[in-house]
Amino acid sequence: MTPVIETRNLNVHFGGVHATRDVNFKVAEAELRCVIGPNGAGKSTFFKLLTGQVKPTSGQILFRGQDISDMQPHEPGRLGIGIKTQVPSLFNGLSVWENIWLSARRVNTAEQSERITRQTLERVGMTAYRDTIAGLLAHGLRQWVEIGVVIAADPPLILLDEPAAGMSDAEVARTAELILEINRQHALVVVEHDMNFIRMIAKKVTVLHQGAIIKEDMPDRIMSDPLVQQIYLGKKPH
Amino acid sequence: MSAALSFGIGIALLLGLPGVLDDYTLIQITIYAVMSILGVSLGFIWGFGGILCFGQAAFFGLGSYTYAIAVMNMGDSTMPFLLAIAVPAVFAMILGYVIFYGRLSDVYMGVITLTVTLILFNLINSTAGPEWKIGSAALGGFNGIPAIPTLNVPGQPDNVLSPKGLFDLTFVCLLVVYLGLRMLISSKIGRVIVAAKENEQRVLLLGYDARAYKLFSFTLGGAIAGLAGCLFANWGAFTSPTIFGLAQSAQIIIWVIVGGLGTLVGPIVGCVAIQWLTMQIGTQQIFNSNLVLGAILVVFVLLVPRGIVPSLGSLAEWTYGRLRRRKASSSMPAARAGAAPAMAAAEEST
Amino acid sequence: MNLALVIVIQVLYAMASLVIISAGLAVIFGIMKVINLAHGEFMMLGAYATIGAIRLGLSLWVAMFVIAPIAVGLVGVVLERLVIRRLYGRMVDTMLATWGLSLLLVGVVTSIAGNTTAGVSAPLGSFSIGTYSLSGYTPVIIAVAVALALVIRWVLMRTQLGLIARGTMQNPDMANALGISPSLVYSVTFAVGAALSGLAGGLLAPITGVVPTMGAAFVAKAFITVIGGGPAILAGLVSASALFGAINQLATFVTTPVFGEVALLVAAIVMLRLLPQGITGRFFKGSL
Repeated sequence: MTPVIETRNLNVHFGGVHATRDVNFKVAEAELRCVIGPNGAGKSTFFKLLTGQVKPTSGQILFRGQDISDMQPHEPGRLGIGIKTQVPSLFNGLSVWENIWLSARRVNTAEQSERITRQTLERVGMTAYRDTIAGLLAHGLRQWVEIGVVIAADPPLILLDEPAAGMSDAEVARTAELILEINRQHALVVVEHDMNFIRMIAKKVTVLHQGAIIKEDMPDRIMSDPLVQQIYLGKKPH
Repeated sequence: MSAALSFGIGIALLLGLPGVLDDYTLIQITIYAVMSILGVSLGFIWGFGGILCFGQAAFFGLGSYTYAIAVMNMGDSTMPFLLAIAVPAVFAMILGYVIFYGRLSDVYMGVITLTVTLILFNLINSTAGPEWKIGSAALGGFNGIPAIPTLNVPGQPDNVLSPKGLFDLTFVCLLVVYLGLRMLISSKIGRVIVAAKENEQRVLLLGYDARAYKLFSFTLGGAIAGLAGCLFANWGAFTSPTIFGLAQSAQIIIWVIVGGLGTLVGPIVGCVAIQWLTMQIGTQQIFNSNLVLGAILVVFVLLVPRGIVPSLGSLAEWTYGRLRRRKASSSMPAARAGAAPAMAAAEEST
Repeated sequence: MNLALVIVIQVLYAMASLVIISAGLAVIFGIMKVINLAHGEFMMLGAYATIGAIRLGLSLWVAMFVIAPIAVGLVGVVLERLVIRRLYGRMVDTMLATWGLSLLLVGVVTSIAGNTTAGVSAPLGSFSIGTYSLSGYTPVIIAVAVALALVIRWVLMRTQLGLIARGTMQNPDMANALGISPSLVYSVTFAVGAALSGLAGGLLAPITGVVPTMGAAFVAKAFITVIGGGPAILAGLVSASALFGAINQLATFVTTPVFGEVALLVAAIVMLRLLPQGITGRFFKGSL
């Protein structure tokens, strides 16, 4: 089975910094994968490589077998990769409805888009805010709107960069539910910091350290791994 | 102001004014309408497309020169009319391709369009000798091209437009451009254009090729400016290189800022106001028009950055809102606050 | 042989002219990222100040090198306080406001001085190379351009002012943290940039007709040079002036002055398409 997204010997250098080292990463269709690592591990860089915002120095990135290593910025979205960036990126001057509609409309007719926008609003729980201007919403709500924007186009792969950032505990739980629900039909790669959140959603976790993958496994095994503990907490392994 | 209201006013003026005014005044109003079309072209690409073109006058000039040269060579004005729209559009498309597909930022957009206008000015200004002609039309250099034949009824080269006829045509063009742009803005293409201005990164992430949308807006803006240029050449039966000058480009920008960026009616209001003001200034000696226009531009940028129409619109909303606030509960966030940027303003005002 | 020498001198002259007319803008844009569309009018004010000073009996050199920069520097301080500082960070609004200022200045000067061309004759007569006669002023311009580049370099590298300016350029917040007020730095920078533009205007007074609208001819070239040069103030200024000056002058030799101008403008567009960050965005990175 072709992985929905795969990287082969992926490397990126910025000046003297080897930010991503020889990464071989595979995610299957409808899989949910979390990518974690301490600050400076290269999570953001890796995310940007997957979204095409950063171009690799060497190696390949394949989406359903197709090489996407060197694309124009609009092509990942067009191919079916939904992207939610770390800093929420919405049309702040437009309403929640209009934000989601623009995403739905790219892949649907005008009539279908009306229906899909309505359904998406329900899925992310933002129906009450449909006419609110996105820029006026609180941070947590904006994150959900952005998730709605991403799923409205029904992409096979969704990349989320810190979807739970800046959220209250209740919001984090709700986001976790949402992600699991989305996972029923879409593959997701979630880059995250928040360990609690990871535990709520993860089945398989990839750990990055200094740009390279040091471990990939189930969350419990990752948490109890001495090497992982060391790089996160500075504890020496016994 | 809703679109229907604006359109209604437009039709009323179109039908009513010729009955009320004499030919001379109609001619004065015609130039306001011609320049309004030009203003709307910039108002669209800037206020809705986010493209600040410092050289919109280039397309205006190309339209007027293309019409003049073509009609002097061809006799019948139908083809020249179409060429006057097509040539600037193609030019805009090429220039737009260089700028948008080269991923140059806003600042460079301004400099490059300014530069292009200067190139055209320099080139055409130097074509004064008799050897500079296209077909039977002499370019005239800094003297310009005089005695440009007026538009005629298609197929009947001798049946040219009267002043009233030109007034009608110009007004109809203005209404068609206005309505057409209104419709475009609420269509899918228009919404993507506005969204790209709002947040280009997000539009790209959604899979829309923002460059293509910008190129489309810019080309359309060039075509509309070219139409205005053609009508201008007809209005005065004359065109000259000053049309490519910085002064002309500055004027268009001032109309849009004063009238209101982000609306379609704003540029029209700004254009009429400034043109009228310029005429009034011309009749007295104390204040120079550059001085007044410059001061207006500075004052507006500093104090009234949104321009007349949106500011008046906000004032109306604020007043209305105060009257209503007694009833409304204070826990609901204001859905469309007065500070709503382009899209909301575009939907509510014109 | 003589022709070759003359051509070289003319090319150097074209490069030097660009350096001189762009220096003020380079300083302001480089340090403050402000696009000052009134730059041409600062030059115009410098030219008028020079003529005014000469009419008051001062020598040409004092008028050009002392009066013009000081006068225009003061105008710069006033405009910065009144208008520019309210628009920091708003690049487009700054462009528009300075365009307004440019119209305003043209209008004010026209009201005061009228539309007729004033002028002052070029000093130092002429000299010959073989059968070619060149203006004695030409070497002066070349020398001034070189001196200007060296002075800018010295100020940026060796004075406290220059260091503060470079620091603020890199990181305005850091300047705050060090107890240096960025707004003071900006005021001084704008004044210095204006003064340099005034100097340029003064230098040009002997060779162009001084008219309120003279600035328009220089604004575009100065812009193109500064933006084409890229982020490094001095290296960008010098490299872009060299490139465009050479193209301008050589095209003029081959065709006409009008086409020389057009060639410069076209070259700029092509260059920006290839190097969107300007010359020093790609080459000579990290230089001054």
